[in-house]
Amino acid sequence: MTDAAAMLLRMRGVEKSFGSTRALSGVSLEVRCGEVHALVGENGAGKSTLMKILAGALVRDAGEIEFDGRSFSPRSPQEARDRGVAMIYQELSIAPHLSVEDNIMLGRETARLGFVERRRNRPRVLRALALLDHPDIQPTRRVIDLSPAARQMVEIARALAFDAKLIVMDEPTSSLGARDVERLFSVIERLREQGVAVIYISHFLEEVRRVAERFTVLRDGQTITSGRLAEVADRDLIGAMVGRTVEDLFPRSARSPGEVVLSLSHLRGERMPLDASLELRRGEVVGVAGLVGAGRTETLRALFGLDRVAGGSITIRGAVDQGAPPRRRLAQGVGLLAEDRKSEGLALSRSIAENATMSRLDPFVRGGFVDVKARDLAARQLATRLNVKCGDVALPISSLSGGNQQKVAVARLLHHDVDVLLLDEPTRGIDVGAKAEIYKQIGELAQRGKAVLFVSSYLPELMGVCDRIAVMRRGAIVGIRDVKDWTEHAILELATRSTEAS
Amino acid sequence: MTQERAARTKRFLELFGPFLGLLVVVALFTAISEDNFLSAMNAKTVAVQTVIVGLGAIGMTFVIVSGGIDLSVGSVMALASVVTALARKHDVDPFLAGLCGIGTGALCGLVNGVLVAALRIVPFVVTLGMLGVARGLAKHLAEEQKIDAMPGWLGDLVTKSPEPSWLVVAPGVWLLLALAVFMGFVLRRSVLGVHAFAIGSNEATARLCGIAVERRKVEIYTLNGAFAGLAGVMMFARLTVGDPTTAIGKELDIIAAVVIGGGSLAGGEGTILGSMVGAFMMSTLANGCSFVGVPNYVQEIVIGIIIVVAVALDRVRRVSATSSG
Repeated sequence: MTDAAAMLLRMRGVEKSFGSTRALSGVSLEVRCGEVHALVGENGAGKSTLMKILAGALVRDAGEIEFDGRSFSPRSPQEARDRGVAMIYQELSIAPHLSVEDNIMLGRETARLGFVERRRNRPRVLRALALLDHPDIQPTRRVIDLSPAARQMVEIARALAFDAKLIVMDEPTSSLGARDVERLFSVIERLREQGVAVIYISHFLEEVRRVAERFTVLRDGQTITSGRLAEVADRDLIGAMVGRTVEDLFPRSARSPGEVVLSLSHLRGERMPLDASLELRRGEVVGVAGLVGAGRTETLRALFGLDRVAGGSITIRGAVDQGAPPRRRLAQGVGLLAEDRKSEGLALSRSIAENATMSRLDPFVRGGFVDVKARDLAARQLATRLNVKCGDVALPISSLSGGNQQKVAVARLLHHDVDVLLLDEPTRGIDVGAKAEIYKQIGELAQRGKAVLFVSSYLPELMGVCDRIAVMRRGAIVGIRDVKDWTEHAILELATRSTEAS
Repeated sequence: MTQERAARTKRFLELFGPFLGLLVVVALFTAISEDNFLSAMNAKTVAVQTVIVGLGAIGMTFVIVSGGIDLSVGSVMALASVVTALARKHDVDPFLAGLCGIGTGALCGLVNGVLVAALRIVPFVVTLGMLGVARGLAKHLAEEQKIDAMPGWLGDLVTKSPEPSWLVVAPGVWLLLALAVFMGFVLRRSVLGVHAFAIGSNEATARLCGIAVERRKVEIYTLNGAFAGLAGVMMFARLTVGDPTTAIGKELDIIAAVVIGGGSLAGGEGTILGSMVGAFMMSTLANGCSFVGVPNYVQEIVIGIIIVVAVALDRVRRVSATSSG
């Protein structure tokens, strides 16, 4: 695939904003016919937004896109598909109750007198499936009976059946085992031979090197560099992904770790984590780094009793205790700040005061009734302590900005006075000021002898806030060191190294 | 290979579980009744009783497969029976009178569908509203009385001794069977059927694949309304009156029939054959309880328990289905 290959996709100066946050500010990307192009970058670099624009799920604010020699501005996924762009979504877009062939033909089935002509469509379906060469996938089987890997193949077949010229694969191996990964790679190889171009999004550099020839690095919504993979070293690639300035917003409190309050030994969940061991001491902040899907959230959920523990052990203050429901965890002084504050963390239609005090009402209960005045007073004190910018604690929490909402979520943990704080992406999607406030709180809590487990995808904040950092990869904690013994490079390298084929 | 066999076993159980349930019910009544529960005459009675719930269950299967629900069918049946009776009273031809009943049902279904699709109100609430409106309309049209009218040949559809006798069971039973076979074909093979499954299985995917989800929903609710209307016509034919207070709670029997037959209230699952077995089970229960002479309230308790058990089974099935994937 040298210069002789025709240019298939050319994106220039693509911009996209959501409200006041700029997701993309000038992205360029060029993909040639029949090439596998790797799109790499950290979580939140803008890869998904860019691909949603390409697939017609989002409309760009500015910039030019040319596809197959003509300008390209799809207003719906349907339109993008008709032009030959197919997207394999991370969250599968398959109707599990339908058969393989019905899924492949969905929305485009040909019919006579209202009845689907399955026999007529069969050759098209079989041709697409032949390219995949997967033994389990037969046209009449129901998708619900297939493995997750095979379901993904059905999505690829859907793209193939309608002669896609460009297929976007977003983290296609995140839910696959080693054998299915190999199978996917040989499918990609066959696609390339057929002249189909693939945009391959992945964090796993070894994978990227195996399947792709050229790459583009995105960081903070911009194209940083692109070129041929053969001509770039891993460390330069990672450098391009990470390289950002770290502002000094991490005040370090003077603290010294005390006794162990929480320890995990080979903790295993239903699906994730697979093997998580770590110890957490009083007065200590331990970070958990890893890619999206590495099992960090699941570890916290299993620990807090939201998901079932399938194996291993959890020890709290010296007593082994797994399988406790969240209610008992709270009684033991363990609190969780959920990853998704909108759907899980907060009751959006209820007031700030209610949200801040929801988990522990008994200080305000007088004869079975809640003393609203006392509760609001406590809520106001919490709001002041965390610098929540709000007029009245009786207002619904949805009236606050994301950053202030998150501060209220943290306030609830303070109100509950937990000893162990499990924080899942506490600074995601909030402004720098609110972030600094939360870092300060974490430091103060540790200083007062609380223990904090801090999950984040943003490495600079882990490096700035934590005493130790654990790295998770594919469901297992694969390394844990003092923060001074880590570099961002080393963490990313460990987090993205592919496991050996089993 | 073992994975395939497991999947096949699961399908087999899904399909034949309802049959087994039916067999158990029949065996139970045969054992405890003093007279012959399995006699030809009683079987004919059960068959005729199945017609109304069975017709309702055909339409309801489409709604439930698409992930919806329709609580209004009992009231819509009453309204359709009143409309048909009024038409017959004004000497409208039986065939046309029947069409009036079906049309009334279809119209109610159309309104349900448009509200569900256009306003995006959950079907539970929309059809709960229609439950009241259709019942009220029926009472208004009938001036809160039963309407006496000659059904004409419509009455022959649900007679227990059909002419000519080689028909064995009433023509209405044959009509139900023919419609069940045809609609089973439509559910599995037509574009409408495939889209109903797709919407119930994963509505976001259906949209992503360019399916006109809203239009399909309107079509599905209208179809269901038409079947409720036809059931109302049959009800008039059997009672020979248009009764605005009839069929209260019938929608629950119908929903129960579909769920017993393997329909999932979460959408994406259900077969016409299963729903027919479910409908047959509901009428066998009703008939059997009166046959062995247990009071009416016992029958209500038994049916109530069966509904909950069926939904519990539905849930168990769903959990095992997701964990297998």
